[in-house]
Parts: sequence; structure tokens; C-alpha cells
Amino acid sequence: MTSAGIRAVWAVLTVVGVIILFWYAASVPMNIKGVLTEFERAGEQVDPPKAVDRRDMSEFELVFDNPYAIDETWDQDRPRLPAPHQVAEELWETTVEKKITSKRSLIYHAWVTLSATMLGFAIGTGLGILLAVGIVHSRVMDLSVMPWAIVSQTIPIIALAPMIIVVLYSIGIQGIIPKAIISAYLSFFPVVVGMVKGLRSPDAMQLDLLRTYNASRSQGFWKLRLPASMPYLFTSLKIGIAASLVGAIVGELPTGAVAGLGARLLAGSYYGQTVQIWSALFAAAILAACLVGLLGVLERLVLKRMGMSQ
Amino acid sequence: MSEAASNQAVVQAQGLDLTFQTNDGPIHALKDVNLTVDKGEFVSFIGPSGCGKTTFLRCIAALETPTGGTLTVNGMTPDEARRNRAYGYVFQAAGLYPWRTIAKNIKLPLEIMGYSAAEQDERVKNVLELVDLEGFGGKFPWQLSGGMQQRASIARALAFDADILLMDEPFGALDEIVRDHLNEQLLALWARTEKTIGFVTHSIPEAVYLSTKIVVMSPRPGRITDVIDSPLPKERPLDIRDTPEFIEVAHRVREGLRAGHTDD
Repeated sequence: MTSAGIRAVWAVLTVVGVIILFWYAASVPMNIKGVLTEFERAGEQVDPPKAVDRRDMSEFELVFDNPYAIDETWDQDRPRLPAPHQVAEELWETTVEKKITSKRSLIYHAWVTLSATMLGFAIGTGLGILLAVGIVHSRVMDLSVMPWAIVSQTIPIIALAPMIIVVLYSIGIQGIIPKAIISAYLSFFPVVVGMVKGLRSPDAMQLDLLRTYNASRSQGFWKLRLPASMPYLFTSLKIGIAASLVGAIVGELPTGAVAGLGARLLAGSYYGQTVQIWSALFAAAILAACLVGLLGVLERLVLKRMGMSQ
Repeated sequence: MSEAASNQAVVQAQGLDLTFQTNDGPIHALKDVNLTVDKGEFVSFIGPSGCGKTTFLRCIAALETPTGGTLTVNGMTPDEARRNRAYGYVFQAAGLYPWRTIAKNIKLPLEIMGYSAAEQDERVKNVLELVDLEGFGGKFPWQLSGGMQQRASIARALAFDADILLMDEPFGALDEIVRDHLNEQLLALWARTEKTIGFVTHSIPEAVYLSTKIVVMSPRPGRITDVIDSPLPKERPLDIRDTPEFIEVAHRVREGLRAGHTDD
């Protein structure tokens, strides 16, 4: 590895290390009151001994007065803020140690969410590209569709998602489709914006050149506009797929879904299982990172094949 | 130039006017332009910025529409000539598609015009040789120098059978050494292909070195102030630029440019 590469790895590890240290540090004051209450119930000596007296005291003061409790703040069953190793343990147990078919397997839940994400992403990307092509080629569409596309994104998805699910349910559509539609709703927009920009990226000279060849509009599209838009498309797809995942998770919340990362989040918050919530959040983040990374690899391959990356 | 060739007018402009309507009022880009370009001529358009030399070239290419007067290209309206693919156009920037190799870039007009695959390969091979780029067909544009890219763009304009070549400051962005070299090559190419060339430049030596006819233009409104038929022989080594004839023509061009300037 080059020295620059080693430096980069060190930089990343340092940042991660600082975050984890900060996280452990934050867990102590966040959890101290709960820990002291547990200790009091177990009949141990706590300072001050009464919960009423502790209630209004600052967390830092309590930590200072009861340093022996610090260990326990990182080891509670239902901490306010679970420590990193608790989340890591939960992630390990629910991915590696559980069978994929188990209802407690995070892989199973991630797969449920991922399938809705991919379907929604496909719908959203297809729709986005079609709209962009229409907008670039028709002034009427440019004037009529674009404002609606923008308005659609100003409505909070959390408000819209239940309505989409209710409306679709009333016409007999349920399961993966409503979730996919919500995720398509979030992912089409970056694709429209990126593709409109990409399809319009050829400059006046490029368009004049095609005019001197007496090229048709469709030749201009296939030979110039579409290839020119590829770098823009991939940038949009990366934003779009992350939005798709958020859409699929949000789509799982209002239905009281029994499966999916959204369902895990919901169940975790019902039963105060913070460790479960955090591990589901991390699973979602890891999934999003993998999807975006995968698109990045695809982007490099395609652009390299096209000769557009040097 | 032979009698027979000079009788065939390729471009004919009479009383040509072009006014652009802008937010700051009308701009008189071309005013009463009269010019005849005969077959096989190498015509340079020279003048300061805003003199309408590029606009006139774009009118010939039907990329702009004149607002008055008449203009014919090969005896047709410019737009008919464009639809008949009567000319190849070389822009100031090479404008090669970065996602296509040099050979594929040259094939672009051929694909659009529906040449067969075998014919495309044949023509690419020929024009690559013509612009001295044999062996570079498989390279991508970014792998070539600016001068080579511009040569590839000239090859692209030569690939189909247009007998007019319109060039809008094609070497303007290149350094002088490369430019000299390309000027020499362009003359050789012109001699081989016998095309009619319209060439926009703001370099006096370039205009005098290349042209059989030099059209001097001046701005506000864009108009022709002088048309000089070059007395230089068709065979022109680079050092012709040190001969008295060359210097005399260059002097006349400079006088024409200066005369245009005192008007405003």
C-alpha cells in the first residue's frame, strides 16, 4: 500500500475511534440514572440514596458521586443510549447467529426491506428517466411536469405514506407494492433532476454539429444526449437508491408491518428495546452504504467502458 | 485558377443582411454583404471580434437565417444545402465525443447519414490518413493532444462527400508552432481534395498564407471592407511568408482592417 493510502486508512480509523470514544462517553451520563435506580432496588449503597433527590441532579454530578456505576452504564438491558459493543453484539447475534429464516434475523428483515427498495428504485428510476426525456423534448412537459415534481418532494413522506397505503389497500393492493411505490416516490425526483441536466448538458456547438449533419431528433438523443447524460445519471442513482431505502422503511412504519427494518424499528420503540432500534438503524445504514457503493462500482465500470473516465 | 472552375459559383451572397433582436436592441451583425465564392477556392474571412465573419459562415451553413438579401449555396438555399449535406463544418473546439474513440467519432456523421459498416471503415481509414492520424483510430480523445484532436475533427468533416469545408477559427486555440504545422497540412489537404474552403480567422499571416481570396470585414455593422485575390502561387512552402509578395498582401489586409476601425 502506498504511504498516502496508509495515511488515508489512519485518518478513517482515527475518525471512527473518536466517534466510538465519544459514544462510550455519552452513554455514561445518559444511562446513569437508570443504573442508579437499579442499584437502589438491589439494595446497594447509592449517593444520594433516594430517587427523588437524584431526579433533579445533573447526570454529570451523579457520575462523579457514583464512579463505581460507570461500568454498569455500558451493560444495561434497556439503556437510553446503548454502548457501541451492545449494538455490535446485537448485530452479530441477529445476523450471523440467527438462521436467515428466523423472524429475529436482521438479514431476513433487511431482505424484506431491500426487495421493496429495489422494486421502488426500479420504478422510480424508470419513471424519472421517462419524465426527464419528456421534459427535455417537450416545452409543454417542461412547464407542466417539473413544478409538480418539485411540489411532490415538499410534502413530508411521513405524512403521505399512510395515505398511499390506505388508498392502495382500499383497491386491494398490499404487500410489497405500496412500499415500493413510496420508495419510488422518493427516488424518481433526483433521477428527473439529474437526467434533465444530463440530457441538456451537450453545448450549443455539439447541437450545431448534429444540425450540420441534418441529424434527426432521435439520432441526437441516442448518439449525443443519452451518452452525455451518463455521469449525471449515476450521480442521481446514488442519491435515488438511498432515498428508496428511506422510502421503503417509512412505508413499513404506518402499516404496523411485521417484517422489514422499519418493522424492527417500530417493534423496538414499542417495547423500549433501544439496542434493537440501534442495530436496525445500523443495518439500514450498512445496507445503504453497500447499495451506494455498488452503484459506484457500476459507475466506474460503465464510464471506463465508455472511455469517459481517464 | 482555371477558367472552367472559376465559373462555378459555390456561394453567392447579394445584399445579405442579418439583424439579431436582443434585449439591448437590435444588433446589425451583417449589412449588405456581397460575395461570390467559386468552386475550389480557399476563402478566408478576417476581421476583429463582432465583424460578422463567423455569423456569415453560419449563414452559409444554415445555422443562422439572414433577415434580408439572398444567399445561395450550390445554387440552393442554405437550408436545402444543409439537408443535402453539402458541407462539413469544423468548429473552434474539436468537440469530439469523449465516449467515442477517434474512429467512432469520425463515424458519427457516417452513421447518421446511413453509410454501410464496410463503407464507414473504409472512409475512416482514408480520412485518418489524410489528416496524418493513422494508428490513432482506437484512441479516445483525451489521449490526444489539442492539435491532434482538431485534426480528428477535420477528418470527421471530411469523412462524407461534402465538397465545401467550412472552418470557424479551427486553430484559434492552438499554439503557433502547432498552428503553422496544421496550416501546411491543411493546404496539402486542400490540394488533394479540391474542396471549396471557407475559413474564419483573426490571424493575418494565417489568412494570407492559406487563401486564394481574403475577405476583410469590420464590425458595427458587420460588413465587407475589402476582398483581396491573392497573387501567391498555389504551391506555398512556409517560408513564402518572408517574400515581398506575401508581405504586400499582409500589408493590404492590415490596411483594410485599419480602415474598418476608423469608422467607429
